[in-house]
Amino acid sequence: MKQMTLSALEQIMHTCAGDDESTDSFQQAPERPFADLGYDSLALLETQSVIRREYGVDLSEQALSEAETPQQLVDLVNRWLSAA
Amino acid sequence: MTTAVITGIGVLAPNGAGTENFWAATLRGESGIGPIRRFDARGYPARLGGEIDGFDPVEHLPRRLLPQTDRMTQLALAASAWALADAGVEPGTYDPGGTGVAMAGAFGGFEYGQRELENLWCSGPERVSVYMSFAWFYAVNTGQLSIRHALRGPAGVVVGDQAGGLDAVAQARRNIRKGARLMLSGGVDSSFCPYGWVARISDGALSTDEDPRTAYLPFDLRARGQVPGEGGAVLVVEEAAAARRRGTQIYGEIAGYAATFDAAVRHGGERGLGRAVEAALADAGVTAREIGVVFADGSGRLADDRAEAETIADVFGPQGVPVTVPKTMTGRMSSGGAPADLAGALLAMRDGLIPPTVNVQTPAPGARLDLVTGVPRPWQPGPALVLARGRGGFNSAMVLRPGAAVPGRTGEAGVTGRAAPTRSGGKPS
Repeated sequence: MKQMTLSALEQIMHTCAGDDESTDSFQQAPERPFADLGYDSLALLETQSVIRREYGVDLSEQALSEAETPQQLVDLVNRWLSAA
Repeated sequence: MTTAVITGIGVLAPNGAGTENFWAATLRGESGIGPIRRFDARGYPARLGGEIDGFDPVEHLPRRLLPQTDRMTQLALAASAWALADAGVEPGTYDPGGTGVAMAGAFGGFEYGQRELENLWCSGPERVSVYMSFAWFYAVNTGQLSIRHALRGPAGVVVGDQAGGLDAVAQARRNIRKGARLMLSGGVDSSFCPYGWVARISDGALSTDEDPRTAYLPFDLRARGQVPGEGGAVLVVEEAAAARRRGTQIYGEIAGYAATFDAAVRHGGERGLGRAVEAALADAGVTAREIGVVFADGSGRLADDRAEAETIADVFGPQGVPVTVPKTMTGRMSSGGAPADLAGALLAMRDGLIPPTVNVQTPAPGARLDLVTGVPRPWQPGPALVLARGRGGFNSAMVLRPGAAVPGRTGEAGVTGRAAPTRSGGKPS
């Protein structure tokens, strides 16, 4: 079964919102809030759209807003994939 | 009355990136007009433009801003950083609430918009970037400059085609008079993409001449229309006493301004440029005789040129004042054209040289203008008049006074008779 990794999510978010070398990688800081990593709500909306396209996972905005860190978002996507 | 002065300049133009590069090229009479290369223009009737070569946004912007900015915003962000550095303004040395942004816009982020519209129709709505929500918008340069430089006071955008570039700087002066400490102002446009190009072609104003030396010839008998340019200028506008306290250079004062509209054709179509000039001179308290140079709008369309030449001759007398159109080296940069002319006028004051108009050789009969052509002309710096007109009947005129003539500059700090507004947290550097 296809699962999402932290580095895959990071790659998606770099493409969506730009690569900022000054912040930690998701591997280094899986539980840092997106806001601290320099991602705003628009970056997350763009990410949601790519996840839907590439993983077939249709996250609601509610679910998205509850995933505050890279690890939480990866876990959310993988739970969805496991349940599917 | 509060005096608003210009203390920083950032120019990004087809004939020069950076204020001093632009100015040196302009004095040399070097043009940035050539065949369009940014997109395939071969299928269009007009194929010349003033393009900025070699601008790599990665060198000027944080990477996080790249996916969310159109080229015109990337150019504006670079020019704004240069302007603030030129003014010696360091981030964190001023109160963010007392500083703001008043930019002009004419097109918006058309190149970005075109790409996302293509995504919409070719790939579906889910492929449209969320940043499309603001990246195309007229006000986006104001917003991005405000965020980038933490200028969190008054913010606004003026849309008035070419004339908007002066209207925005007048808005900055208004903000200073209401108590703002510092404003970024000016205009930067691009939209060098098919979407932006057909929008211009529909106007019928573009020159279809294929020779960069003859395509855009304001006030010339051979004038055949306009050539667009991309870029513009960002200026730092400050309250004079505060600028003086922090000991920074003062290029000049925004001494007078006025804007008018042409009458609708059904009401006789009377042109309003003359009224704008008279009102701007009155606002500055300057007589026509005191004006040392006019930076003309220089439409490049015969009827517009004739009207502007008549206005200038009416106000200043035949051959009564040196007139120049440095736009002949950049093309018309939409909202960026007039701010670049303001920069040119201030640098002309600094260096005692009026930049030339290039390529114009055969002034139209009856133009009665003392056009500065070919090479720069030395002058004794004095007040300058900058004119700009926009599609739809916009006319704007602005009078600048040299920094050396700003009251209080040479040991006369009490002349203005008032203290600058003090703001909590404002720390003059």
